[in-house]
Amino acid sequence: MISFDIQPYKEKPVYQALLLGGACALVSLLLILGNHTTLQSIEDHKTADKLAMLAQVLPQSYYDNDPLTDTRTLQHEALSAPATLMLAEKNGAVTAVAVQLSIAGWGGIINMILAVTPDGQLMGVRIISHIETPGLADKIEVEKSDWITGFDGKSLENVSEQGWHVKKDGGEFDQFTGATITPRAVVKGVHTGLLLYRSWAESEDGLKTLAAGMTSAADEQSASPERVEKQVQQQSQSSAKNTGSEATEAAS
Amino acid sequence: MSQFRQIFREGLWDNNVAMGQMLALCPLLAVTTSATNGLGMGIASLAVLLLTNIIISSVRGVISPQVRIPVLIVLIATVVTLVDMTINAFMHDLYKVLGLFIALIVTNCAIFGRAESYASKQPVLNATVDALAMGFGFMWVLVAVGGMREILGSGTLFANASLLLGSHFAWLETTVIPNYSGILLAILPPGAFMALGFLIVIKRMIDRRLPQKADNGLVTISSHC
Repeated sequence: MISFDIQPYKEKPVYQALLLGGACALVSLLLILGNHTTLQSIEDHKTADKLAMLAQVLPQSYYDNDPLTDTRTLQHEALSAPATLMLAEKNGAVTAVAVQLSIAGWGGIINMILAVTPDGQLMGVRIISHIETPGLADKIEVEKSDWITGFDGKSLENVSEQGWHVKKDGGEFDQFTGATITPRAVVKGVHTGLLLYRSWAESEDGLKTLAAGMTSAADEQSASPERVEKQVQQQSQSSAKNTGSEATEAAS
Repeated sequence: MSQFRQIFREGLWDNNVAMGQMLALCPLLAVTTSATNGLGMGIASLAVLLLTNIIISSVRGVISPQVRIPVLIVLIATVVTLVDMTINAFMHDLYKVLGLFIALIVTNCAIFGRAESYASKQPVLNATVDALAMGFGFMWVLVAVGGMREILGSGTLFANASLLLGSHFAWLETTVIPNYSGILLAILPPGAFMALGFLIVIKRMIDRRLPQKADNGLVTISSHC
């Protein structure tokens, strides 16, 4: 019926212009409506996903703040995008720091997250996403192989500079048969993450944040004795580092 | 009724999107590293194809031929975006599995091909049946190519199907060859070309054996997409 009525006008440029304009207006309206309805829900899911990702390396018992908003962004030349440091705090004291970073692998960008204790020891590393060769290089996923758990407990102190390589390059970490580039990238990513954490911890902001927590944590008797001991130790370490870094700053 | 049978015959076999029209090869080659991935892409394509065919068929009267292409493109892109947002917002677990495929559908010219050559000329019912036929036709090729590559490459079939379809479908996950080291080539991109090539050869051989079918010898070579 309708098509019969408008048939004579269809050839006219005005009709076509109006049709194009109308179609664009209609789809814009639909997209705005769609975006409006789904935005909140999508944001919630994104936050939940990020928390779930964080929970893989950092148990929720470690923090009572929102690590997703308490973040620092740091840059490093080895990374394909700036890394994000997420601070996990309990009772105002930093209990752990999660570093999310992305580094170029063999097939593309590997996104990973690692958690370190305030004194720079790795609590865990997980791959968030990657597009490496399935069946060959996907052993970096914890579901496929426990290779990634080999990083637990490592730090810049207990693994030497040369040790932060795959065995083929004279380091400590295994490569996979037929896939060296992917594990090499992951090792480099973890190493870079630790370096970034150390450089932040030694920066003015890092020292302030870590030290501020320490005092309040030392006052709080609710924390486990072992933890407090560790934190006090860390505090003295960081104050030592403080003077050290000031000296370097002055020197430079 | 025989008209619909003909549509299904065209979609599932004779004029199959991937094996007859040679369309949508880009998403097909890209995602079929496993049968489950193929199925996921198939489901997503079927849903989008069904929606776009119905919408375009219902507005076919107002679209003038001169500007049909931009109008169809914005309509399809909008439907894909809306489907993407809806699944992300309300079926988030499914989105984690299918999300990648939905975005890829925009590059799928099978959708545009059906809209342009069929839905924009046919009544809604025919367009709906056509979408189902073409969608299922594309889906089975995706699953077949994915299955071939998965068996050869990893020795499994429908691995991780429960992630896509829910835990009720865990029985689909089978290990075809236990302790199999796998032919890496099958999972890499060349494996996709080979698997699809063999499938097309088999289809052509079967077509040639069918005596009643008049083979016009025409090979439809589409522009790439």
